[in-house]
Amino acid sequence: MIVLAQAGRDLRIAFRARGEMAHPVAFFALAVTLFGLGLGSDLQTLGAVAVVVVWVIALLACMLAAESLFRRDFEDGTLEQMLLHGRPIFLAVLGKLAAHWCVSGLPLVLFAPVAGFMLQAPMQALPVLVASLAIGTPTLTAIGAVAAALTVGLGRGGLLLALIALPLYVPVLVFGASASVVAASGLSALPQLLWLLAMLVAALTFAPFAVGFALRLSQEY
Amino acid sequence: MSVRDLACTAGGHRLFQGIGFDVGPGELMEVRGPNGSGKTTLLRCIAGLFTEESGRVDVAVEEQPLYLGHKPGLSPLLTPLENLRWYLALQGREPRREDCLSALREVGLNGSRAVPCGSLSAGQQRRAALARLAASSAPLWLLDEPFAALDESGRGIVRSLVRTQCGGGGAVVCTTHEDLGVAGAKRLEIAA
Repeated sequence: MIVLAQAGRDLRIAFRARGEMAHPVAFFALAVTLFGLGLGSDLQTLGAVAVVVVWVIALLACMLAAESLFRRDFEDGTLEQMLLHGRPIFLAVLGKLAAHWCVSGLPLVLFAPVAGFMLQAPMQALPVLVASLAIGTPTLTAIGAVAAALTVGLGRGGLLLALIALPLYVPVLVFGASASVVAASGLSALPQLLWLLAMLVAALTFAPFAVGFALRLSQEY
Repeated sequence: MSVRDLACTAGGHRLFQGIGFDVGPGELMEVRGPNGSGKTTLLRCIAGLFTEESGRVDVAVEEQPLYLGHKPGLSPLLTPLENLRWYLALQGREPRREDCLSALREVGLNGSRAVPCGSLSAGQQRRAALARLAASSAPLWLLDEPFAALDESGRGIVRSLVRTQCGGGGAVVCTTHEDLGVAGAKRLEIAA
């Protein structure tokens, strides 16, 4: 119930600040367009590269979105209410992550086929691209949340957040992009997708604890 | 709850040491001291938001304390009612609409008005935060300067809420520069 209440509250806030919430998605759309324009329409160059490009841009969009995950709550004091002695922070963090993924990760997944189409990715790779993003972006959200929780108390911690999150993003990118590339060449991407799923389970299990611990540190000022 | 030989350091600077006191059911502890003496830090320490340098804080109660700090603890994009419902749900309580509305009425706010907290005045925001007290079932209240930004009737509401809490067997620890008007209140002075 705490998960649902927290997720519902965050979705409501996201809806009222929808301009700000659209930034990562707009970034994704713009970056894909720029790549499309820059690479031209040479089918030899594009192809399998296109799916990797979509994956990298989605990863960067997730990282940009993570910065705002705890910022508001830290500033208005709702975060300290969540962290009081005896509160089950794990469930509240899980709710926050779910809501955050719905507004920052889910649109990327839905937009991915269009992005892949724009960059002339092979048609048979598109379903796997969407599936790998659907499994991979929640993992990116969870990892980004740990970095965001560590840097929220530092004021402008944007660059530090990138330095913490990007190395941890590497395994997700490797398996996510590889799934799409393998699918583009017509082979089965199941092993990579299962690896992504394993990483998602691990991230959802451990990240809320790490986030809770890091958020407690943010209150020590 | 009890505090034993507590010492806190912030930014490499020793704020206080050797603080010890007990607060039992129905008791009010007024914490006084000049600005910068560490009153807020003491309260944050009891609330579990700050780690003490040495000493011990024992909060015997099973339930989570209520903490009213300098930050309002309200999302400026949500209405007072939505904020209060989230707050109750966070404690695992059923956030019933009628309970929330009556708590908001008690602090002089019309809960059914759909105005986000960010558009309210400082005093009204403070009242929206005080609604947490009116709806609370927490046995321990930690209030940090509850009178800030409030007008005379708002101050009266705080006093009556504190009296009700103490009368119902709850405990209150409060930093203040003003009298709370509870007979038999304990007092702790922190030196600068």
